[in-house]
Amino acid sequence: MADISTNSAAGPRGPKPKKTFSRGNIFLYGTLIVVSMYYLLPLYVMIVTSLKGMPEIRMGNVFGPPMEITFEPWVKAWSEACTGINCDGLSRGFGNSVRILIPSILLSIAIASINGYALSNWKFKGSETFFTILIIGAFIPYQTMLYPIVIMLREIGLMGSIWGLVLVHTVFGMPILTLLFRNYFTSIPEELFKAARVDGAGFWQIYFQIMLPMALPIFVVAIILQVTGIWNDFLFGVIYTKPATYPMTVQLNNIVNSVQGVKEYNVNMAATLLTGLVPLIIYFASGKLFVRGIAAGAVKG
Amino acid sequence: MANSVEIKDLDLNFGSVKVLKQLNLEVAEGEFLVLLGSSGCGKSTLLNCIAGLLDVSDGQIFIKGENVTWAEPSDRGIGMVFQSYALYPQMTVRGNLSFGLKNAKVPKAEIAKRVERVADVLQIEALLDRKPGALSGGQRQRVAIGRALVRDVDVFLFDEPLSNLDAKLRTDLRVELKRLHQKLKNTMIYVTHDQVEAMTLADRISIMKNGLIEQLDTPEMIYAKPCNKYVADFIGSPAMNLFEGQLEGTTFTCSGFNVDVTGYEFATQTRSEAAAWLGIRPEHILTGEAAEGATYTGTAEIDIVEPMGSDTLVWVNFAGQSVRVRTEGQSPLKSGETLTLGFDAARLHLFDHKTEIRL
Repeated sequence: MADISTNSAAGPRGPKPKKTFSRGNIFLYGTLIVVSMYYLLPLYVMIVTSLKGMPEIRMGNVFGPPMEITFEPWVKAWSEACTGINCDGLSRGFGNSVRILIPSILLSIAIASINGYALSNWKFKGSETFFTILIIGAFIPYQTMLYPIVIMLREIGLMGSIWGLVLVHTVFGMPILTLLFRNYFTSIPEELFKAARVDGAGFWQIYFQIMLPMALPIFVVAIILQVTGIWNDFLFGVIYTKPATYPMTVQLNNIVNSVQGVKEYNVNMAATLLTGLVPLIIYFASGKLFVRGIAAGAVKG
Repeated sequence: MANSVEIKDLDLNFGSVKVLKQLNLEVAEGEFLVLLGSSGCGKSTLLNCIAGLLDVSDGQIFIKGENVTWAEPSDRGIGMVFQSYALYPQMTVRGNLSFGLKNAKVPKAEIAKRVERVADVLQIEALLDRKPGALSGGQRQRVAIGRALVRDVDVFLFDEPLSNLDAKLRTDLRVELKRLHQKLKNTMIYVTHDQVEAMTLADRISIMKNGLIEQLDTPEMIYAKPCNKYVADFIGSPAMNLFEGQLEGTTFTCSGFNVDVTGYEFATQTRSEAAAWLGIRPEHILTGEAAEGATYTGTAEIDIVEPMGSDTLVWVNFAGQSVRVRTEGQSPLKSGETLTLGFDAARLHLFDHKTEIRL
């Protein structure tokens, strides 16, 4: 009784209690679980298959865990699997891909960030038109450009070489990366740029000392976009290189689709996982940064 | 006195929009000039032109007698303070202060000396090794002012430097700025839309509208003798009461009253019969006993009473419109009562109806 009388304002007070098993929660988590099953199940099948020996695979128990774990298929995929006359596995493709990836990323991001910086801060007569033309480039289907690029690369003597492919990746990455950087630099207050000019900083000084240190999130986004895009590229790789310089994806295709002999599912699965490992690691390592950067770069038009 | 900044026939167009039109302005050495106007009047644009951050369409800019129309901002001998502080977030306060000097290739010892001196003037020594993110708004603005000071220039440009601060801090920094100017005696050009800042800081105020200077004069003159209706309406808080009517000889007649304006100091000789505006500031309307014996005395019904603490703003229905009356102190007046009010002819403002220029 005393308790009630002191508590004169009876009724709801403080935070509203929430039910753990409300209808909304069940629906939400149910959907999430179903969707993640949909994506994770194939990955699970791939991993277990790659760890089984061929006799076990022939028994047909696709979802069963391996009775006897073997890393033989992974070793074979990496260093022994044959494509055409080369029998040194995916390691050759991995090396090629790395040698394509690194210069492509450095070049395209360096150029695009300077582009974006110039287009947002040093507007010149026709800079908007220039930007529009560049963006239109993002909407042209790659297929229409394939053959003209073959001719161009042949004329400058880069056809079939790694540097030819680097050039192609750099050029094709330009529109979207420039857009990304331009939007990011536009979101940096203009007064900061003005202050730097009053302080006597020039084009490069402002870029390196003011803008670059502030643009870290967008650089991370650009790197992720480029790493996954270039690493996963198949079309350009298969067209502009030759067997000795094939990137990993093309080599993977050649291993998996080879028609000679027995289909070694475990080796194929291991090879596919190996190829997908680089983008996967990038995503896992940078998840939060990626989302933050995308949000920062994409808002303003 | 020599002119520190001189602007001759300045034009600035953004595409087909003319932002500044044939603007002429002279700022004397050591003067504190405030560019005042509502948003979009071109005051910030003018400041950016002086700083060299915008290319002018036509005209010339001289700083210290030197034609700097084509010069880079850093070569003009100016320091600038921005509304959003614009501090470099990744540098410490010391880095922010010394950035300009490093770019100008000033020797290290000299940089350190100047930074120390400025930090001492603005009392930011304790903050020197912090990043701007760890500073409060007032501290940031101090650092931004310091960045201009450290350049040791002749002309300081301020682009609404106090607008992002809260009311109390704004008042404090305003006083500090005035003190700073008295100490340094540099030329300062200050853009604001806040008339209190303008009135308190300025040696001269330039009131701008649509890219033109409406009036350029001391704060006292702008308040006492606004040159046209726009300026009269713009300066003063609460704003001036304006009545539309006819001026015949020395009598102003409008729908609610007529008043003999013999005591009015006409700016021009022409006293023809014409349509005119009559203006009277709320603080110049006399009430109660003081109104007896004024040039005009009448009565009005009180509509709303707004106590402000130090004074009271009374809205009355007079001559068919709502009129603001300011009374000293806390007033016992109540809504619905009748108020005796009056005013002196010497305190009136008369403007031509068509040209809106002071008569």
